[in-house]
Amino acid sequence: MSEASALPALPELPGIATASVRGQLVYHPSAEQYLAAVEALREASFNMCSDLCGVDYLRHPGRELPAAVKPERFEVVVQLLSFDRAERVTLRLQVKESEPACPSISRLYPGAEAMEREAFDMFGIVFLQHPDLTRILMPEDWEGHPLRKDYSPGRVPVQFKEAPGPR
Amino acid sequence: MSPTPGRRAAEVARRDEELAHETSEGAQELSERAETNEEELLIEEGAILRLPEGLVLDPGDVDVEFGEDETMIINMGPQHPSTHGVLRIMMELEGETVLRSKPVIGYLHTGMEKTAEELFYIQGATNVTRMDYLSPLHNELVYSLAVEELLGIELPPRASWIRMLMCELNRISSHIMWTATNGMDLASTSMMIYGFREREMVLSFFEKVTGLRMNHNYIRPGGVAADLPDGWEDDVQALVDTIPGRIDEYDELLTGQPIFRERTEGVGVLGPELATAMSATGPILRASGVPWDLRRSMPYLYYDQVDFDVIVGTVGDTFDRYAVRLNEIRESCKIVAQILEKMPEGDYRCQDKKVTPPPRARIDESMEALIHHFKLFTRGFEVPPGEVYTAVESPRGELGCYMVSNGTSKPHRMHIRGPSFVNLQSLPAMLRGGLIADAIAVISSVDPVMGEVDR
Repeated sequence: MSEASALPALPELPGIATASVRGQLVYHPSAEQYLAAVEALREASFNMCSDLCGVDYLRHPGRELPAAVKPERFEVVVQLLSFDRAERVTLRLQVKESEPACPSISRLYPGAEAMEREAFDMFGIVFLQHPDLTRILMPEDWEGHPLRKDYSPGRVPVQFKEAPGPR
Repeated sequence: MSPTPGRRAAEVARRDEELAHETSEGAQELSERAETNEEELLIEEGAILRLPEGLVLDPGDVDVEFGEDETMIINMGPQHPSTHGVLRIMMELEGETVLRSKPVIGYLHTGMEKTAEELFYIQGATNVTRMDYLSPLHNELVYSLAVEELLGIELPPRASWIRMLMCELNRISSHIMWTATNGMDLASTSMMIYGFREREMVLSFFEKVTGLRMNHNYIRPGGVAADLPDGWEDDVQALVDTIPGRIDEYDELLTGQPIFRERTEGVGVLGPELATAMSATGPILRASGVPWDLRRSMPYLYYDQVDFDVIVGTVGDTFDRYAVRLNEIRESCKIVAQILEKMPEGDYRCQDKKVTPPPRARIDESMEALIHHFKLFTRGFEVPPGEVYTAVESPRGELGCYMVSNGTSKPHRMHIRGPSFVNLQSLPAMLRGGLIADAIAVISSVDPVMGEVDR
């Protein structure tokens, strides 16, 4: 594309492990680098946060990561989209099991607000400085975070003789 | 079979304990103005978006006078006919003017992302098709594209063209359905009846091809479930011939009608900066003047080989969203007509024996086919480990699927980025400062499908 040369180059993000997966750039920032990286990408014409979701790697420990990145149990995956470049980049942030918290990007991308609420609701990842971090899909009084791998899906009692009762 | 007395007592004690358990119910709701801090108000109204100065809103900057204690918070839904399902909206009103609002969702949450982790890849399409029940084929498409990307398989061209045909027809039926219900929300009952009539034409074609009117499970990893039936060209030709004429009728019925224009023009305006910042996609984004359509900008399937226009609005009000959708039906008809000409011959699914079940006739002849069939339907196929994000343009916007595979035959994580879910966030910005009667028109113009919002 000839227009691409007129666009600002993808920002140099020093110290951030980068990988290219299926032709798409994936950044692996640490928790400290995360906000600055998102802000730099936002300046470089990535004007929409198209998706943000959590992943629980509890039962899938051997995933492929750049050597510099220490795998943790949770991951927050952000997809940023640039209209001018017609391009996506992915950010994968490792979140510790002992302290499931990471900064919120809803100040930079207000559209990420509901998605962060969903990730909080489903995985219990706390997004610091989020304006309204409440459960979004589950009822307020729900206990546990359903998409965690150690959260049992539960059972529905069936009407058979000698059937076990509800968990 | 009655429980023993001891067990019953334990049961009762547990129930009592559950009832006494203190909940934090209410935290999802819109809180009173007195309890809301300045920052929350600012965020709601877009001031942190760093918009150009003229666009930055002040928390108190609504064109009505109101005293601190004169506002009222009312609840609309989740059982309200105009909320298109179980959407609940809390609104702070001063007289008839909406000062603040907040959508409260989750009433249709059925844990489909968790369910997906328990299903084989081959079964997953049955699950995702039930999310956005007005455009099931797009859900199946984005799911199948993600699985195929991880598998690294190539599809025969005919499979992709069939997918395109079905998805464009689905876009037509979904937009017609929207026009119908939008008409009903604005008290044009005849529009609803016409809309359902035309939608039924498309759905009966779907029934002919897939066997079902909705929830097709037609697009599957590896291709589509069945080839198009004999004589499909005539059916599609009939649709392409009929629908544009019917759209002209809608145009005549609604577009020029003074009541309809009064109720939609200048109502629920969402500008391009705000729409982009709020991650709104689809007709909402395009109505505000941003020419962003994944079919054009980041083509998938064979959308780069068909000719169509991206419809863009100017103001970003409810009327523009109506106009964008109506004209997108015409564009989809154009695409369908081109697909009709370009449909290649060939296989309708890939011939990889590890992914595609063998044809029924082969099972009687070949032991190998029988084994493949048995293994596919009892253990599924294994997908190499990896992560992938795929996105398609559904009638409501960017429909994405983030999939993590751990090398087994079930996804480790399947996340669907539902366009309705994200688009709902911009509702407070649209409703702000408008009348409560207009809220109905605005909610309708966002086109939320609650099955997808709550998943």
